Amino acid sequence: MKMTPVTRILWIVAFALIALWALFPVVWILSLSLKSSSDVSNRQFWPTEISWENYQLIIDGGARDLFLPALRNSIGISLIATLIAVLLATLAAYAIARLDFPGKNFVLYSSLAITVFPVISIVTPLFNLWSQIGLYDTWLGLIIPYLSLTVPISIWTLTSFFREIPWELEQAAQVDGATPFQAFRKVIVPLALPGVFTTAIIAFFIAWNDFLYGISLTSTSAARPVPAALSFFTGASQFEEPAGSIAAASIVVTIPVIIIVLLFQRQIVSGLTSGAVKG
Amino acid sequence: MAEIALSNIVKRYGDGFPAVNNISLHIDDGEFVILVGPSGSGKSTVLRMIVGLEDITEGDLLIDGERVNEKAPRDRDLAMVFQNYALYPHLTVYENIAFPLRLNKDAYSEEEVRERVQRAAQLLELGEHLERKPANLSGGQRQRVAMGRAIVRDAKAFLFDEPLSNLDAKLRGQMRTEIARMQRNLGVTTVYVTHDQTEAMTLGDKVAVLKRGTLQQYASPQELYREPINIFVAGFIGSPAMNFLPVTQLGGGQLESAFGSFTVPPEQARRLQGAPELLIAGIRPEALQDADLLSPEELEGRALLSAQVDQTEWLGSETYAYLPFESDPAIKEALEELDRDLDGEGMRTQVVAALDPLSRVREGDTISLAFDPADVMVFDPESGANLTRDEERAAEITARAEDQRRRALERAQAETAGR
Repeated sequence: MKMTPVTRILWIVAFALIALWALFPVVWILSLSLKSSSDVSNRQFWPTEISWENYQLIIDGGARDLFLPALRNSIGISLIATLIAVLLATLAAYAIARLDFPGKNFVLYSSLAITVFPVISIVTPLFNLWSQIGLYDTWLGLIIPYLSLTVPISIWTLTSFFREIPWELEQAAQVDGATPFQAFRKVIVPLALPGVFTTAIIAFFIAWNDFLYGISLTSTSAARPVPAALSFFTGASQFEEPAGSIAAASIVVTIPVIIIVLLFQRQIVSGLTSGAVKG
Repeated sequence: MAEIALSNIVKRYGDGFPAVNNISLHIDDGEFVILVGPSGSGKSTVLRMIVGLEDITEGDLLIDGERVNEKAPRDRDLAMVFQNYALYPHLTVYENIAFPLRLNKDAYSEEEVRERVQRAAQLLELGEHLERKPANLSGGQRQRVAMGRAIVRDAKAFLFDEPLSNLDAKLRGQMRTEIARMQRNLGVTTVYVTHDQTEAMTLGDKVAVLKRGTLQQYASPQELYREPINIFVAGFIGSPAMNFLPVTQLGGGQLESAFGSFTVPPEQARRLQGAPELLIAGIRPEALQDADLLSPEELEGRALLSAQVDQTEWLGSETYAYLPFESDPAIKEALEELDRDLDGEGMRTQVVAALDPLSRVREGDTISLAFDPADVMVFDPESGANLTRDEERAAEITARAEDQRRRALERAQAETAGR
């Protein structure tokens, strides 16, 4: 498609607006995190002078005991929840995409229904239950509710990925002399991996970003994840706003997300399967 | 190199319906056999049973005399080209072709793999595309990669499942010739599934015509064309398709049709004794000629029909004239069923004549069509059997075709060996 200069300019303007809209809050947080405590209310967008005070505070200073365990909890809990979710969802989606069994659509659509279920409605009962059976303020106590968020969406996305795989390839590989396991490992796995990666990233973000479960089902740094911990930040003195250190912590937890996306950008891009069959 | 034998093969699905019913075929070493039929005839199922992707419900499948019913595809050592090519999208063309060799690491060294892939690529003119991914190839190139993957190892036989149906008409013609040439040079037993009668006729040493899971006739293309066993085969083979005219038998070989009556030669008339009164006569479009273009000598011994032309199509090399007729209600049902079996659209009953392009006949003219009555086939409307089939001549035609095949194969082999 050839663009006329006018449409070209319009597209550029549109892109710029969207980029501005999406990036402005991030840049704002970055700028805030680099302001010293006396500089926070300087009535300017940019800091008067770049200061690492906030980062020092959360990593080495007063907020250290609050932030570092929370970071460890967040990484651990999110990774475990992602791993289990992807494992379960891969098996479920494989079955839904490849096999014919009664209730298959029920599984698929109930998983979609669960994703729109409001979290707040189950937080209170969960809180009661967890307190009684001793899961309150533990990693497992967060991993289980996170699975309820990540498994359904993983099943849904993986199913649509798996449906795209031309399964005829498996037969072709068998005719070419592969055992069923070789056919799976050499042909199906490489094709399914991008989908599994993408799903894992989505699941990880869901667990990583959760606040409601994190704040309701924990009470100490034993299991409290970062988003919940941020709300407990205080300033250097009780008269100071903790805005700077919250911003710094936010930047720290955003960095892994950005790194993951950049690393797996290629895997996330779908369309790897094109060209296998006609069309 | 292998001999494949199917004996009384049956495929039944869960509901008990036989998708393939009692098919027996013998495929000789180096022979090119076509399975042809309209959709739902079970031809692909037969192929998939040979390669091992479908279980065989009943009957025996023998490769080189050994029963392989229960063997996994990989143990049958056959190579297959799929309709959708089934290339591995994450691998380059080189790795796609090398795939079957890589699965058998002990048998092929890296050096040997490279040599074989290069040879296959050269044969299929894929040399410059080896490092590309299938997604960046055109349809014809993908098709060639799929064939490369089949020929790279010394499989016992090649199996093709409608390999050309996704290509455009021009490319299809080219690839058809390529496949025929490749098969002759390699001399490998080949089973090829298609719904296209042109591919069947041009490629096959022998053609098996299937209809709704049953084998109708298994013979050389020449025999199928000249001595079809029944009305289905007669209607399926040949393009444009054979004309079917309801006729009434008047005795002594005289047949009365909507366009006039004619008399078949005594030998055929003898075969019609004891046949029902109402019959179906089959005349190939190319057997009909414009009587105006023939000299009186040429008209000697010819039968004549006269009819009004509804539509003509001038194609340069020939002219098609269409002559509609109202068919006898008693025969109509048999003709409609035949039309359904042939994947027809239930169009009006008409006769098509492939005339000399010099013919001046145009829409609305009344034409006099001349034909040799010996070219007429007569079918029983009930059973569909070809009443005028000459078994002796059929055997002779196929024996001659078989002889030609052997000589062509030997020549091609000698040539390949000489290079």
